[in-house]
Amino acid sequence: MLGVIGALLVVGCGGGEQGGGEKGGEDSGPTATIVSDLPLQGASRGQQETVVNAITLALEERNYMAGDVQIEYISQDDATAQAGKWDEARCAENAQSAAQNEDVVGWIGPYNSGCAAIEIPILNQAGLGMVSHGNTAVGLTKPGGEPDEPERYYPTGTRNYTRVIVADDKQGRAGAVWMRDEGVQGVYILDDQETYGKGIADQFQQNAEALGIQVLGRESVDPNAANYRALMGRIAQLNPDAVYFGGVTPNNVGQLVNDKVGAGMSNEDVIFMGADGILEEAFIEAAGGAAEGVYATFAGLPARELPGAGQDFVQRYEERFPDAPIEALTSYGYEAANVLLDAIERAYNADGQVTREGVVRELFATRNYNGVLGTWSFDENGDTTLTELSGERVQGDQFEFSRTIDVGEG
Amino acid sequence: MAPTQEAKAKGTALLDSFKASSWQSRIAMAIVVALLLLLLVQAIKDPGQFVSQLLVGITNGAIIALIALGYTLVYGIVELINFAHGDNFMIGSFVGVTVLSGTFLGLGFFAPIGDESGAAMKIVGVLLALVVAMVLCGLINVGIERVAYKPLRNSPRLAVLITAIGMSFILQNLGLVWKGSSQISFPSLVSDSNALAGITDAISYRWKDIFVVLVTIPLLVGLSYFIQRTRQGKAMRAVAQDKEAAAMMGINVNRTISVAFLLGGILAGASGVMFGLFNGTTVFDLGFRQGLFAFTAAVLGGIGNLTGAVLGGILIGVIGAMNDQYIGVRWTDIVIFTVLILVLVFRPRGLLGDRSAVQGGGGQQ
Repeated sequence: MLGVIGALLVVGCGGGEQGGGEKGGEDSGPTATIVSDLPLQGASRGQQETVVNAITLALEERNYMAGDVQIEYISQDDATAQAGKWDEARCAENAQSAAQNEDVVGWIGPYNSGCAAIEIPILNQAGLGMVSHGNTAVGLTKPGGEPDEPERYYPTGTRNYTRVIVADDKQGRAGAVWMRDEGVQGVYILDDQETYGKGIADQFQQNAEALGIQVLGRESVDPNAANYRALMGRIAQLNPDAVYFGGVTPNNVGQLVNDKVGAGMSNEDVIFMGADGILEEAFIEAAGGAAEGVYATFAGLPARELPGAGQDFVQRYEERFPDAPIEALTSYGYEAANVLLDAIERAYNADGQVTREGVVRELFATRNYNGVLGTWSFDENGDTTLTELSGERVQGDQFEFSRTIDVGEG
Repeated sequence: MAPTQEAKAKGTALLDSFKASSWQSRIAMAIVVALLLLLLVQAIKDPGQFVSQLLVGITNGAIIALIALGYTLVYGIVELINFAHGDNFMIGSFVGVTVLSGTFLGLGFFAPIGDESGAAMKIVGVLLALVVAMVLCGLINVGIERVAYKPLRNSPRLAVLITAIGMSFILQNLGLVWKGSSQISFPSLVSDSNALAGITDAISYRWKDIFVVLVTIPLLVGLSYFIQRTRQGKAMRAVAQDKEAAAMMGINVNRTISVAFLLGGILAGASGVMFGLFNGTTVFDLGFRQGLFAFTAAVLGGIGNLTGAVLGGILIGVIGAMNDQYIGVRWTDIVIFTVLILVLVFRPRGLLGDRSAVQGGGGQQ
């Protein structure tokens, strides 16, 4: 809330030179502002507040300095209490206000791909560099989603958006690899008709076929149906080894799993796998007993499974914020903040001033970055070169880490 | 008229009606026959699967029918679409979950009845949940009628329509406040295993399906006994036919209408709990979708007609299941509502004609 008010105040007196020392007064060196844009109300609130914490931690560790540049941080909220989740109007509004505030040279977030689809074109025209910790939709950066993606997000033709999380093409592949390793021969694919669900189911399907898993059928389910008994009866007739679901929890997946088990396809005999859209407590609550043994992929590694530097971060985070337990995306927020701050530092060192253009250039120049997620680079699309994802399974009413899945090799 | 003459008259009438029928209706008949033949071919190919899906359809249809009865009962008496009925049904399922959890307003009354409870405990739990939900939903429905419909009985139709939609939203949002926006799971008190396991494996008919039959049939029998055989039922039929005349004959119209709403609410409560136990999940906006289907069923069968509501519900269930099996899930809504439109184009009053049952039996009496 304060962040939003802050943003408005700065806009009010904006128009100064970029990153210049308009704060006036004594010895002030160059300054710059970064903003984060996260849903801080509703279901995502808990996880995203830890991301704000992680960004704060990254700044504190650098004394709010990116090299010689003094950094100011504004946390924006793209959710509304009424919606309980991200809101289209808020996303657009936040992007507009940051675009107009010339002190802002970097953007962290957003969390939701749908919100990103609104914000990227606005910030693209403003030439503002973005680092997301949570958007996995393929189409934001490369072909594979809708026909006119990703071009429609970049009206200027120059890229400004990067992400430290692994995109859904690799997550779809991770699901297929995991199934192959479990000895699955035939799979039935379902999706919830939404952009995310269809997208990831498409990616899974391509990879499953490439890995020699037979796709027995593909169907989009109606998220409002009372039950899926007839559908599951038909699927059971085909004797699949697994059912893959691309979609999110609110789209009736609890019922879907119940009816799958009810149709005689227990989770031991027939794998039920979803992606990070069902990797949450709410799924287990909705599915009840039928959740036990369900597989879900995650587009990265949980904090406890990160390599060495990641474990150091976990320790530092828990010392600084003992009351906000670390979540899966917290370390991705920390990485995003550090990548952005390093880009600002390099941009200043190279140009003698901090410009949006310079930050974007340096962001995309990030190579062999040694961070808490490992050593990785941004490719020309702004995607991470990391290929390690993870798989989790429901055990006794919660998701437990099951394995890492490297999609880098065949 | 002598019986033979009557039969002959009927025969020529049939021929005449065919001659008089438009080419559209002949095409429609031809399509229906072709579809039935296609289904028959599938049924012969894999009878086990066909029968299983037919049973799934009938069970799903029975649940829709039970909700549809609530719409049609109230419509038959006061000619009002009680939009809040679907949401009352949702409240019924929430009441069921709450009763089974044994905890209300933070007070634990008894240990939760769940998957691990003994058989006797499960039966007690199911009955308790059903009874509590039926009573509460009945009272809610009566309350809604008193507050939102009765004062508007002589107002323009639109006013009641809007208050009904308003009540629907109020209940839905109360459900949202009560249990939140995500799905909640029901304890599995009724077994998922195949009841025919020992007899045949080709057909799947689960104990859950039997449970639906065990709840639905007594309710249907009880309802039709009440309307056909009791004094109060007779009063309901009289009010349905002509409110003013019934009042002149000394029937308490207000009380009779209240009873109709009470019955509708009881059915909503029972079907809510049954839906939850059968499907295993419930959610705050359940009533909208299920209510829409039930309302469709009521119109399909002929609104106001109790037999019609049951027929419409089962028809929608079976069409849905057959479509899921042989055509594709994405087409289900398209097919169901196409059937509805076709039926209404050729029989604007629904399959069995409207209002006749509450007014005293089916058919063109």
